[in-house]
Amino acid sequence: MFQITRSPQVADVVIIGSGAGGGTATKVLADLGINVTLLEAGPMLHPETDFKEHKWPYDYPHRGSGDGGASYFGRGRDFGWFSAHAGGWHLEGEPYTVAEGSKFQWFRSRILGGRTNHYGRISLRYADYDLKPYSRDGIGTDWPISYEDIAPYYDKAEGFIGVTGSKEGIRSAPDGVFQRCPPPRVHEVLIKRASDKLGIPCIPARLAVITQPTNGRPACHYCGQCGRGCISAANYCSAQVQVFPAMKTGRVNLINNAMARELITDSEGKVTAVSYVDKLTRTEHQIRCRSVVLAASCCESTRLMLNSKSTRFPNGLGNSSGIIGRNLTDNTGLGLGGRIPALEGMARHDSDGMGGAHLYMPWWLWDKKTEFPRGYHIEIGGGYGMPGIGSFTGLANRMEGYGDPLKKAIYEDYGTHVSFAGRGEMIPNADTYCEIDPNVVDKWGIPVLKFHFKWTDAELKQVEHMEQTFADLIQAMGGSVTRSTRPTEQKISTGGEIIHEVGAIRMGDDPKTSALNKYCQSHEVKNLFVADAAPFVSNPDKNPTLTIVALAWRTSEYLAEEMRKGNV
Amino acid sequence: MSEEEVRSQESEVRIKRRTVLGQIAFAVMAGPIGIAEAQHVHAAAAADAHVAGGIYKPKAFTQHEFDTLRKLSEIIVPGASKGGTAEFVDVLASANPELLAIFTGGLAWLDDAMKRTYKAAFLAAKPEEQTAMLDQIAYKRNETPELAAGIRFFVWARRMAVDGYYTSAAGIKEIGYMGNKGMKEFHVPQEAIDYAVRRSGLG
Repeated sequence: MFQITRSPQVADVVIIGSGAGGGTATKVLADLGINVTLLEAGPMLHPETDFKEHKWPYDYPHRGSGDGGASYFGRGRDFGWFSAHAGGWHLEGEPYTVAEGSKFQWFRSRILGGRTNHYGRISLRYADYDLKPYSRDGIGTDWPISYEDIAPYYDKAEGFIGVTGSKEGIRSAPDGVFQRCPPPRVHEVLIKRASDKLGIPCIPARLAVITQPTNGRPACHYCGQCGRGCISAANYCSAQVQVFPAMKTGRVNLINNAMARELITDSEGKVTAVSYVDKLTRTEHQIRCRSVVLAASCCESTRLMLNSKSTRFPNGLGNSSGIIGRNLTDNTGLGLGGRIPALEGMARHDSDGMGGAHLYMPWWLWDKKTEFPRGYHIEIGGGYGMPGIGSFTGLANRMEGYGDPLKKAIYEDYGTHVSFAGRGEMIPNADTYCEIDPNVVDKWGIPVLKFHFKWTDAELKQVEHMEQTFADLIQAMGGSVTRSTRPTEQKISTGGEIIHEVGAIRMGDDPKTSALNKYCQSHEVKNLFVADAAPFVSNPDKNPTLTIVALAWRTSEYLAEEMRKGNV
Repeated sequence: MSEEEVRSQESEVRIKRRTVLGQIAFAVMAGPIGIAEAQHVHAAAAADAHVAGGIYKPKAFTQHEFDTLRKLSEIIVPGASKGGTAEFVDVLASANPELLAIFTGGLAWLDDAMKRTYKAAFLAAKPEEQTAMLDQIAYKRNETPELAAGIRFFVWARRMAVDGYYTSAAGIKEIGYMGNKGMKEFHVPQEAIDYAVRRSGLG
């Protein structure tokens, strides 16, 4: 007989997901004296053995190409062998579907800390105008909160996780609580000068990397390998920075390998239990609870709510509005690189630094007229990176030949390239959403998501502007650019590729057009809160993680207060 | 050494390395990491790769194929054998029939083409005969129906020789990568900045 193990105790709060949102909720609630049960769909994280920090390619017989040279055949790990993510675009047994005519890819990281294990650590505040897009240009929807509501939580988030940066007074990139950013590398000095020439602000990077000891974590040691995971936790990973310290309070009950299946409600429409599959034993469990914080990631949280159907909620939990799954967006992306002759023949030196650029360019035309409604910021790359599989394949194929001339070309080419990548705002549109695919379930029997995705003219024109800007920058540095002649539709990133999915359970003041109130509490299910990027009303030209942390912090404090008052 | 002995020796080295890494993590926790400690990690990590030692016995290739690949890789990237390039391809091919077929097929093509032209397999041919053949197949512009398979193989041979060499300790040293170190402060040499700025015209 099919058996379900039900917990005898009632948990105060069940948090589903341990990434930026779930990690923050765990830390904040545990600090406020609340007992939490944290469900993570992946295994425990063991930084000292899981992370490949400081490893060389030759520490592995396959040199980083994966067993059997998988990466040579397009079967390698996404973002390379050394990346810390424990996931990818495709997970065995956990499919998703994409509607005909759409392209979308969904990155999931099944491990404690989720995608904060490998993300780029870019930490940008949304600007005041980002939260009121409709009021500003009549497109999209205003957030139910303003910059003033979220600013104190940006302060807390930055102060706690640690973010580099400098006070600049630029409206599109509000200043925050910053630690000192290390100096720019040589190619970055050139990029800064080229930017000055073109009138583009180029400022110290805002990365979730600590350059001074913070809350018991030692400062960055500048090995440049943030994406591999940092054993000493000098960058922000929710597992190391929030969950592990919170566990020391004794108020965190962590359950790994727990794949949430459904939120179970009573006749009053409150969540009473969370049902999950223990992946290791393939057994069903239920945890009874007073409240739930959903932080499984924008799309995974959407899936869980849509799959939690009942007589009272036939369209999915708290979805009488039918809004859940709608308004999904990603950030736009486009990249361009170039070779800079000025860097040729430079004396070699260690350019590792932080695991990311030491400078970036915030959007600079926010008060100017452009042919597209919303902006982008620019990320930069270059320097003497650790050689790896494929580092010189392109050059070798262009050079052809063999022997000393080939080696000389590789030696001279190394470290002379720069790259630019734009990340811009996508405006929600009616053709971009996700829903439950009634025909497909994952290996746990849970119905999967089906994605619909479309870029509009607003995004295509924006990335064309990006590409022109990058070409101008490279030329200003004396480099030459070879631009692809493919149409823009093929040059813009694929939906989901930037891994900045937001908006599918959006917040708002009107329950007819939003699923959550301004505290990210379900309009209909008062003991249900969402603490990932799903509540976001728009997807500004800033990476979402810092805002996830800030909003999760705010939501958690609100939940604690509501619990204290007896409202939840 | 039996497989079990090898495994136990490997795990011993791994444990030692882990202990060192643990010490490093501790050192980092205690204060700024020193370059000496960081180098210690790297030395310990490097020891992993060379645990087997001795003369390499190919796993996927015949001895003749392996020797031919070694020679070919050395000509493509002088120093490649120091970087264990042929061993690298052999290890991958032993776990990947698709890759193995590319290389066994390519090496057989090479020997066959050498025998037709020079009456000697690649290894037995004179150095100038070896390079004369490579001068044909190292360039796409030389493509003819007779050479097409050789040219396609050479792209693979070059790609793997380059990857194998520049991911080895010898190759990484030669190209001048100086990172993967712990340090207290990150500095950029002023003379490097001056050099690049001067040359960029952005001074």
